[in-house]
Amino acid sequence: MSEMVSDKHRTIDCSAQKAEELREMAKRMRLDALDMALSTGQKGSHLGGSLSCIEILAVLYGEVLRIDPKWPQWEERDRFIPSKNHCTLAHFPALAEAGYIDKSELVEFTKDGGRMTGYPRNLEIGLEYSGGSLGMAISVGIGIALASREQGRSNRVYVMMGDGELNEGCIWEAFMSAYQYRLDNLVVIIDRNHLSYDGDTEEVMALESLEDKMKAFNWHTICCNGHDTGDLLRAFSAIKEGVPNIIIADTVKGKGVSFIENRREWHHSRISQEQYEQARQEVLAAD
Amino acid sequence: MNISRANIRAWSRLGQRGSFFGIAMPEIAKDRDNLKLLTADLSLLSGMDRFISAYPDKFLQVGIAEQNMIGIAAGLAMEGDCVFATTYASFIAVRSLEHIRQHLAHLQCNVKIIGSAAGVVAARSGVSHWATEDLAFMRVLPNLTVLSAADSLEAIKMAISAANMEGPVYIRLSGGLDCPVVYQEDYDFEIGKMITLREGSDVAILATGLMVAEALEAARLLEEKGISCTVLNVHTIKPLDKERLDQIFDNHKLLVTVEEHNVLGGMGSAVAEYKATKENVPRQVFLGFQDAFAKAGTQRYIWEQTGLTGPQIAERIEKEVFL
Repeated sequence: MSEMVSDKHRTIDCSAQKAEELREMAKRMRLDALDMALSTGQKGSHLGGSLSCIEILAVLYGEVLRIDPKWPQWEERDRFIPSKNHCTLAHFPALAEAGYIDKSELVEFTKDGGRMTGYPRNLEIGLEYSGGSLGMAISVGIGIALASREQGRSNRVYVMMGDGELNEGCIWEAFMSAYQYRLDNLVVIIDRNHLSYDGDTEEVMALESLEDKMKAFNWHTICCNGHDTGDLLRAFSAIKEGVPNIIIADTVKGKGVSFIENRREWHHSRISQEQYEQARQEVLAAD
Repeated sequence: MNISRANIRAWSRLGQRGSFFGIAMPEIAKDRDNLKLLTADLSLLSGMDRFISAYPDKFLQVGIAEQNMIGIAAGLAMEGDCVFATTYASFIAVRSLEHIRQHLAHLQCNVKIIGSAAGVVAARSGVSHWATEDLAFMRVLPNLTVLSAADSLEAIKMAISAANMEGPVYIRLSGGLDCPVVYQEDYDFEIGKMITLREGSDVAILATGLMVAEALEAARLLEEKGISCTVLNVHTIKPLDKERLDQIFDNHKLLVTVEEHNVLGGMGSAVAEYKATKENVPRQVFLGFQDAFAKAGTQRYIWEQTGLTGPQIAERIEKEVFL
């Protein structure tokens, strides 16, 4: 079987070598995320939900997205819309890896009046959307996908959502309409980390069976391991024409750091110098 | 566009909504490739048939999902479209408020949202279908232009002006079919410039929406009693025409604001907020719903409960003048 998977728009490299490369990229991004978290001091940051989507973003920015940081206004660029916009500790390191910003700038992400502060929209540095209030971004993604199709462009719109925000009712309005409009240039990725701020998603407001729900909404539904870069590459290359696609990426909130994993208190928290050192060692030691 | 007396009469029969979507929108679509018209299951009621058959690719049905509609409108606008989106005023301005705040006000997307049947024209449908707080919600959002049409011709002019400007706009359309005519012939409409319909020396009546026609009736009745009124159509709630307000403050003894809206947060509040920064300005009477929901019935019956008909406005002003 060929390792290169093509559709009419693009080719995705699904080789073991690419998967390994992206694993290394994810490791660097995790270290960046820890640096950023430490830099916020007493303010704290959203470490848990950022660590869960590191591999998703590594695969997107390292292979899947058709973008050019030197040409951020390129009309044919893929649009990445972070609906769970508090994933900045993962998103900004990905933008640095892709070349939109310098790595040294990462720790300035909460600076007063900074160009990355407060989830702004800033195309120059690859930020397509300013959001943060949950459940609202997918509708914008649908508008962008409709306009892209109408203007005859071949770009795709990738919207990454958290699982907790699926509690929002307007999400389901959007799911219905994306199929109604047969938006096959829209890809939603769910960072299915099973935890929202108050705890287990199934206890807060049960989502299962999410896969069945999405199939019932007529979306092409792909499930994968959201921390396995090879599996993610296969998921992105399994995208189908004719209907909107959703990738439910099974993840662990706080992935990669033992004392953060699956702990709801790390949704937003401070990291001490000592914890930072330990977390860094764990990330470096991981295979 | 031929703004003849016969057309003005015909448009008044269509009402503000019918004129906006049935007459103005097909006209605007003629030379705009990037125009989009979105509705939340209200195309039939809004008289969009002509637009849809002429420009099927420029129309998008979103279903009864107002929040999704605002997000989709924003996404289209981010890619260069000029988007008009509509449903009942309360559903678009209140139910979708946070989406409007985030996507239209903050990101300044080029989306025009049109709230129809504002005020209490959906009389017997009850409070759920009335919009008597929409101006207050829309007015506090940065970057939004807020308009309120007095008659069908003005609704048409607003559609064209909104299409010609960049940025988010809220347009409040009031009444149903058979909208009273305020403008018998063509006139100059400019966003941000209130219009003097009648010059007087004692009282200035500032009205918006359907209350403009009522204010004119009140002014006529008061003239018979020797009270001279200026009547102004405040079609732009934001940005407020401060220059004209300064002149009005200087030349009148009493100010009366009239709106088919709660007196809290609407046009009257906008005027009062500005007036509060000035010295030696006239007293203000706020006419509108007095922070209460009226009992359902006909539109006139609802107006009467809070004193919004022409004769009631005249009576109230007479009392205030001779206080």
